[in-house]
Amino acid sequence: MEKTASMPTDTTLPPPRPSRLSRLRESDLWYSFRAHPSAIFAVALLALVAVTAFLAPLIAPQNPYDLAALVLWNSEIPPIWDAAGQWPFVLGTDTQGRDVLSAVLYGSRISLIIGFSSVMLALVVGLTLGLIAGYFGGWIDNVIMRIGDVLLSMPFILIAILITAIASASLPTGLKDVLAAPILIFAIAVPSWVQYARTVRASAMVEAKKEYVQAARLIRVKSWRIMLHHILPNCLTPIMVAATLNFGLAILSEATLSFLGVGMPPDQPSLGTLIRIGNQYLFSGLWWIVVFPSVQLCLIVLSVNMIGDWLRDALNPKLR
Amino acid sequence: MTLLQIEDLKVHFPVRTGRFGGGKGTVRAVDGVSLSIDARETLALVGESGCGKSTLGNAVLGLAPVTAGTIQFDGQDLGTLSTAARKRLWRDMQVVFQDPVSALNPRRSIASSIAEPLIIHGWSGSIPDRVTELMELVGLNADQRTRRPQALSGGQRQRVVIARALALNPRLIICDEPVSALDVSIQSQILNLLMRLQAELDLSYLFISHDLSVVRHIADRVAVMYLGTVVEDGPASAVFSDPVHPYTQALMSAIPLPDPSRRDRGDRVLLQGDLPSPLDPPSGCPFRTRCPLAEPRCAETRPALTPQGPGHRAACLVQDRNPGGPPA
Repeated sequence: MEKTASMPTDTTLPPPRPSRLSRLRESDLWYSFRAHPSAIFAVALLALVAVTAFLAPLIAPQNPYDLAALVLWNSEIPPIWDAAGQWPFVLGTDTQGRDVLSAVLYGSRISLIIGFSSVMLALVVGLTLGLIAGYFGGWIDNVIMRIGDVLLSMPFILIAILITAIASASLPTGLKDVLAAPILIFAIAVPSWVQYARTVRASAMVEAKKEYVQAARLIRVKSWRIMLHHILPNCLTPIMVAATLNFGLAILSEATLSFLGVGMPPDQPSLGTLIRIGNQYLFSGLWWIVVFPSVQLCLIVLSVNMIGDWLRDALNPKLR
Repeated sequence: MTLLQIEDLKVHFPVRTGRFGGGKGTVRAVDGVSLSIDARETLALVGESGCGKSTLGNAVLGLAPVTAGTIQFDGQDLGTLSTAARKRLWRDMQVVFQDPVSALNPRRSIASSIAEPLIIHGWSGSIPDRVTELMELVGLNADQRTRRPQALSGGQRQRVVIARALALNPRLIICDEPVSALDVSIQSQILNLLMRLQAELDLSYLFISHDLSVVRHIADRVAVMYLGTVVEDGPASAVFSDPVHPYTQALMSAIPLPDPSRRDRGDRVLLQGDLPSPLDPPSGCPFRTRCPLAEPRCAETRPALTPQGPGHRAACLVQDRNPGGPPA
């Protein structure tokens, strides 16, 4: 805004638009965030998990993907606080000599990426179809929502298993492992876009009747522009809550699929794969192989759900 | 010069009826309306809720489907024009809605709401300058351009809506109950603004309202609608001082009087019952089911608008001052 200083005569210039950061700090959401210790705790926990997961190649003691780095005589070492514990295997090792802490960090990264990507994919598909259904109505609405109803009539996990099973049966072995993550993302997104589509459709139907949308139609704004610029921003509040809660659900679904053996392969394990592997040794007394990935999974889902619960309350106008 | 000419306009909506939606019916929202608006004229369209006033306005704007009849704007028939030509013509028509809260996108600054028609239709000059000009024209402070609608009062929001309607220099503005959602003190400000803008910018208004004291303040001519048809129209002075149709008479007698000593006058006409369903309008005269003067013949023929005075027409068999005369 040096321009105004050099032109003192120009008084009609509007006041400078507040920066995004200062607008965020003055918003109701920020105020509510600071007033809720559980939200602060959840965000801090999730941030810690995410940062350590994404910095895993830098901080993990071992690269669990590098099979050559595994040394068999380091196998079945208990955590460091046990008398038989050994540095640097803080959380012990599994039967292959793989460091559990490293595996958990790398596994969290895969779980977070798959959860986030599947939510994003479902969001894009669900928002698009929901907006179209709600704005245009009529037969388009019927077709989209009936497809959604069909998907909802089948158990979520069954559809996901079906997709991963078909994909792994039809792909050659080499390609199957490379594409394991994209297939999982797709398998989790397919049954979950319906919820977004329904939510957005309901809001879009309400917004489309409002007079500002009619005014935009009168100005002959194109339909896609009305949907994107006018209706969508006013439908996002319930979607933010649903997407956050579904992020936790998607991570759990990924873990379930991997636990059942149709998810990530053992050589690039996600948390679910680690739990499946460790589960076999639980009764042999090697509890640390299964407990630490499970605790990590619980922490991630717990923090995501706490953030989602807080968002739902903070964005609910009736509770303000 | 006639700007808008509506001939025998019908807007019918198909609906499903019956408990299981098996039956089919037709809502005759607008059922044969002919109206005209001259340049720089205000035509007020009055009538109770559900009589088809707003649907008529929407049909002119292309927001409701026209079942039959013609709408001519500036001598051109909207129904026969190509899409591109119609789009150009629609630039000359804008709307001011009733509720300024829902008429503005809550997520957008008021400047971006006002600028949207300029962007869509490719304004040739500087858009920020034009927004400033429009805001000053409607009495808003240009410093408020970055505000969101919820930071403004109802009257200010309605000024924003008016500024957006004026953006492309329209010639006709359809005002759909523009002041009914506002405080009485704000109502007069907005009405005076509309009248000042009309004089400055040579605007024509189709002013839809159910508030007759507002209509008396602003209208040049008045058309009274009942159940999708016009029952009386004419110069505002004639319709207000000398109403012919019994429905108009009942409406006029319902205007609250500020003078308490005149309140208990004997000429109040109280209507019984409700508006009949536009799904199944009565035979003959649509008003006969509630008319204090109804006669058996009213059920047989539907009265046409007949001349009652200079520029003044009414559709009533009983009260017709010129029986047997040529239809208007």
